[in-house]
Amino acid sequence: MRPLAYLLSALAVMALAFWAYHSNYATQQALKDVSKLNREIAALRDALSIQRAEWAYLNRPDRLRELSTINFDALGLLALQSEQFGQAAQVAFPAPDMPVEILPEITTPVDVSGDQEPFP
Amino acid sequence: MTRIPLRPLARILSAREAGENPALIEQENLAHRHEALHAKARNRAEGRLLFMGLAFFAAFTVIGARMALLAGTEPMEPRSAGPGAEILTQRADITDRNGRVLATNLSTNALYAQPRDMVDPKGSALKLAEIFPDLSAEDLERRFTDGRSFLWVRKVLSPEQQQAVHDIGDPGLLFGPRDMRLYPNGALAAHVLGGASFGAEGVASAEVIGTAGIEKALDARLRDPAQVATPLVLSIDLTVQAAVEEVLDIGMKMMNAKGAAAVLMDVHTGEVLALASLPDFDPNERPQPILKGDPGDSPLFNRAVQGVYELGSTFKIFAAAQAMELGLVNPETMVDANAPMIWGKFKINEFEGHNYGPLLSVSDVIAKSSNVGTARMALLIGGLRQQAFLKSLGMFDATPLELVEAPGAKPIIPKKWPDIVTITASYGHGVAASPMHLAAAYSSIANGGTLVKPTLLHQDERQEGPRVVSEHVGLQAVAMLRRVVTEGTASYGEVPGYAVAGKTGTADKPKPTGGYYKDKVVNTFASVFPADNPQYTLILTLDEPVETSGPKPRRTAGYTAVPVAAEVIRRVAPLLGLRPEIELPPMNGLTAVKN
Repeated sequence: MRPLAYLLSALAVMALAFWAYHSNYATQQALKDVSKLNREIAALRDALSIQRAEWAYLNRPDRLRELSTINFDALGLLALQSEQFGQAAQVAFPAPDMPVEILPEITTPVDVSGDQEPFP
Repeated sequence: MTRIPLRPLARILSAREAGENPALIEQENLAHRHEALHAKARNRAEGRLLFMGLAFFAAFTVIGARMALLAGTEPMEPRSAGPGAEILTQRADITDRNGRVLATNLSTNALYAQPRDMVDPKGSALKLAEIFPDLSAEDLERRFTDGRSFLWVRKVLSPEQQQAVHDIGDPGLLFGPRDMRLYPNGALAAHVLGGASFGAEGVASAEVIGTAGIEKALDARLRDPAQVATPLVLSIDLTVQAAVEEVLDIGMKMMNAKGAAAVLMDVHTGEVLALASLPDFDPNERPQPILKGDPGDSPLFNRAVQGVYELGSTFKIFAAAQAMELGLVNPETMVDANAPMIWGKFKINEFEGHNYGPLLSVSDVIAKSSNVGTARMALLIGGLRQQAFLKSLGMFDATPLELVEAPGAKPIIPKKWPDIVTITASYGHGVAASPMHLAAAYSSIANGGTLVKPTLLHQDERQEGPRVVSEHVGLQAVAMLRRVVTEGTASYGEVPGYAVAGKTGTADKPKPTGGYYKDKVVNTFASVFPADNPQYTLILTLDEPVETSGPKPRRTAGYTAVPVAAEVIRRVAPLLGLRPEIELPPMNGLTAVKN
């Protein structure tokens, strides 16, 4: 009985030693991961603040004004005018639902349906 | 414990019978007793020794184990494991009321040199001069070789410049990390933001300190480590500010003015939505203050806050409002407006020698901007009450605006207040205040009569200041100001959809030598809109404007400041979300039927 007890306790000590060794290294790895992640977060935040500054720089009113002037032909942007305020009553009602079979099937984005007129 | 007798009777008697010495028995027993005592003492001493031994063993074990632990583990610095504990920036951002960035930080590098470590000072100096055209190679070379061990070359570098310096490859050229203050919108709101520069500089870091404007006034808040992550939210609206500056710039050029200022303020909260002063500057490269000439001509000069001008007839509404508040007049009361008015040795004239008299209603005094009518009302009020009223509107003290320039811009008030000062002050002469003062005073009257203090910080609630005039008088005053636009001197101030109420002011500029210039004026238009429910105050000032489209140059505010202000309101009111009062196009029949 006594040798068995010695053997078991020796085994228990070895197992515990292995566990302690393992969790020691696992803890160290976790700490390393945390500090790496923290550095990564700091770098990303840094990048974010730079991008925010760049976004603000690219959206500065002077530049937007120049861009809208250059692209006036395509966009036709003008300063907001008081006439652009409307009333809810000016908004058109949505078209009533139509039965599906009446509607022509859309094949191309521009589809003309109707009788073809004879060519003069 | 049973004590064994030294001379037990039975043994003594038997020993006597046997003819032995009974003393031997006593000695024997005494020896036994000593032996027992000895054994006991020995046991006790042994126990103590053992205990001491154990204690020492335990102590040495602990020390040994700790030494083994220290010897057997890797050395490591203790660290706090709290996530996100890294300090990213040392100065909080500044944003406008909608969260758009007005000032932020950028990581960059400073360039410094340690000439003792330099391999080729001459070659490096030449290459550096190529990268930075404003540095001269000879100068750099001299400084690299005169025996100093350290020198700054550049305070901030762009990434391209940094790479170019890196490519020189001289070990004596080193970079130090820097946080740089960046104003992404350039000159926009330059006078509000002010600027920043480096304070104490080290190789590893440098402190960024505000040099002017709100950056300096709220420097402690911006650098507070506890609040560095929360941006400072201003009351400025970036879009509105940009529109105001654009229109003001065009207006200033059209009216040939040398300077212009505008303040747009919420009458209820006191928030300054736009504060423009032209000419302006780029806070990223804040120019040096000019050393000679008038500091008022420097672009750094904030005309809206620091520019203390005689604001002219814009003051007339204060006399009218106070006279109504005191119950001396109502808008229809006729007052004596017979010009010129003689007071002692002084003669008070109207503009261009007009005579609006002999009698004029109070409302018409304001609409036609009659100096004499206003002077008569001021005399009714009296100097003491007039001073108290102007003081209650904040006209005698510096504005509490969060700019470092604001406390220095005190209004210029005459020391004595004789009747002639009462008269001239009523139409804005002899008393000088900044456009910001005027904005606060007009807002205080237009919002229903409670004092508002101008602020540059975003507010959520309206200010509940002390009452300066009753609500009824405030409404009547705004109605009078509305008549100035519809029938009076500010007819160019009409903006379709928005009922503008306002008062023009034209004041001759004082000469530095005393007296007034004949052809240099400051034109002001102080306006409130919309008139039926005042929301915003706009003060617009032009410095030395002249309108030259007519046969002779015109210098009154009605021809210069008013059209510019009207254009500002036309542009800005929709941006502020104000619905215009406009006749809508008739609805088509179908919609009408459906409704």
